Amino acid sequence: MTKQKKNAWAIFWAILAMLYFFLPMLGTFIFSLRMKRGVLSFMAYQSVLADSHFLESFRYSATMGIITVTISVLLLLPTVYWIYIKAPWMRAAMDIITILPFVVPVIVLVFGLIRTFGRPPFQLTLTAFGTDILMTAGYVIITMPYMYRAIDVGMRSVDVRTLTEAAQSLGSNWLQVLTQVILPNLRIAVLSGALICFATVMGELILGDFLVRPALGSYMAGVGRSKAYEPAALAIISYGLTWLCLGLIQYFSRGRQDGQLTGR
Amino acid sequence: MKNKQLNRKSGKDPSRWKSLIGLLPFFFFIAFFLVMPSITLFSGAFQDMDGQFTLANFSFLQNTFALKSYLTSIWVSLITSVIGGAFGFFVAYATTSGRAPRWMSTILTTFSGLAANFGGVPLAFAFIATLGRTGFITALLKGICLNGPDGAAICPFNPYDHGFNLYSVVGLILAYTYFQFPLMVLTITPALEGLKKEWVEASTNLGSSSAQYWRYVALPVLLPSLLGATILLFGNAFGAYATAQALTGGSIYLVTIMIGQQIRGDVLGNPNEGYALAFGMVIIMSITIFLYVMLQRKTARWIKS
Repeated sequence: MTKQKKNAWAIFWAILAMLYFFLPMLGTFIFSLRMKRGVLSFMAYQSVLADSHFLESFRYSATMGIITVTISVLLLLPTVYWIYIKAPWMRAAMDIITILPFVVPVIVLVFGLIRTFGRPPFQLTLTAFGTDILMTAGYVIITMPYMYRAIDVGMRSVDVRTLTEAAQSLGSNWLQVLTQVILPNLRIAVLSGALICFATVMGELILGDFLVRPALGSYMAGVGRSKAYEPAALAIISYGLTWLCLGLIQYFSRGRQDGQLTGR
Repeated sequence: MKNKQLNRKSGKDPSRWKSLIGLLPFFFFIAFFLVMPSITLFSGAFQDMDGQFTLANFSFLQNTFALKSYLTSIWVSLITSVIGGAFGFFVAYATTSGRAPRWMSTILTTFSGLAANFGGVPLAFAFIATLGRTGFITALLKGICLNGPDGAAICPFNPYDHGFNLYSVVGLILAYTYFQFPLMVLTITPALEGLKKEWVEASTNLGSSSAQYWRYVALPVLLPSLLGATILLFGNAFGAYATAQALTGGSIYLVTIMIGQQIRGDVLGNPNEGYALAFGMVIIMSITIFLYVMLQRKTARWIKS
């Protein structure tokens, strides 16, 4: 009897949670189909996809996402590798350092970036290119906790030391070890980090908005102020994109028990 | 760095600093794009307009406008971390060790990963499309009749005529909960899975009821993880900006919204007070993350064993 009562209690919460997950999604989807009076249609989606600003900002954010991922991997993969090989005593400290981006909320970070790099000696905000450098740096900082953790977890599951020694005894230099031995072994971990990183950049509002670059987040915020049905369509598209990124992670890391660290 | 041969024996090298050379690019990056911007703000927070040291910028705490923004932010973060935390805990409880049907658990775990990462502007849109003035559920409710407190049927039932408003703190809490409770599910599940079957068996054998097991065994063991996870949720909500901005158009004064307006147009009329406002946020976030890390370490000790 106790067992049954327990299960009913569990099912109650499970159903409540599913309602919380699905009702807003369902509501948004149905709402997005109602642009044309009286019938359900994909008009809102057509309207979004026909908007050249949408495509531009989508392309811009996707490009920024790829650049961010590249720089993040270039910066963090050798760093984590170095720690495992040369300075394992730094690991505890690195855990703290890489969580620091959570301590500085994005709005505070962008405030600091604007005040620091908006004036000499490191003035970057004068040109679009300079601002993009600042944007990328900001994105790399914001996504660092995820990327670092993903690489760290991956590195922990392979014996980097033995791999390195084996490769070195076969005559590899450190660059070859890193690109031809370590990276292939960590591809799933790096890919997971990259996808989370990419999804974060695609949905990010603050950096693009305050540094006045045509990012997807700012575009969406603008649409939200002026239109009724398109925002719902955008929310669904955005859902789909996040879904795709996370689905890919789960697909690639099947059967692995990687810890996940999230936060907004 | 190029001709650094990786050598196991270098571990014996007495100068630890040499082993940090490879970390220089990383530290340089952090120093340039995280530490330096923070120092700009922090030093600004303690300077007056002429660059002299002062504590006057923190008098914003007497400015009801700024103080209220802090109180609103803390209030919203507290409420959503407690509601989201409790909700998430029960959901995690349901999904672990087969208490709810397997397919439900699978869906919930998968969607927790999705929803915890889903926030910002699209989340606000989703709630506007669902519960906004012309939203899907609002429209549904308008189509049905509800019995009012005096027994008379209210037709149509428009929640907006009965005190509900999505574009308010209530709406904000509803929207935040969408990413808060899944984050709780993700963070608390490992701890729940760490509860050993033997403990239930042992306490049952000793004659304790299910309630006694939870009261005297499970909850005390889970307490650090529960606290830690709830604190993480607090920080998660405290730093959020985009959802609130897109949902309410900045009409609810959270600290993040205030800072946003300060960046745009110096609403406080004193740039240094803006720095002080940001400094305060970092202090609160530091305490939050510090507590989280401490509690997490305490948890890690027994989860691993």
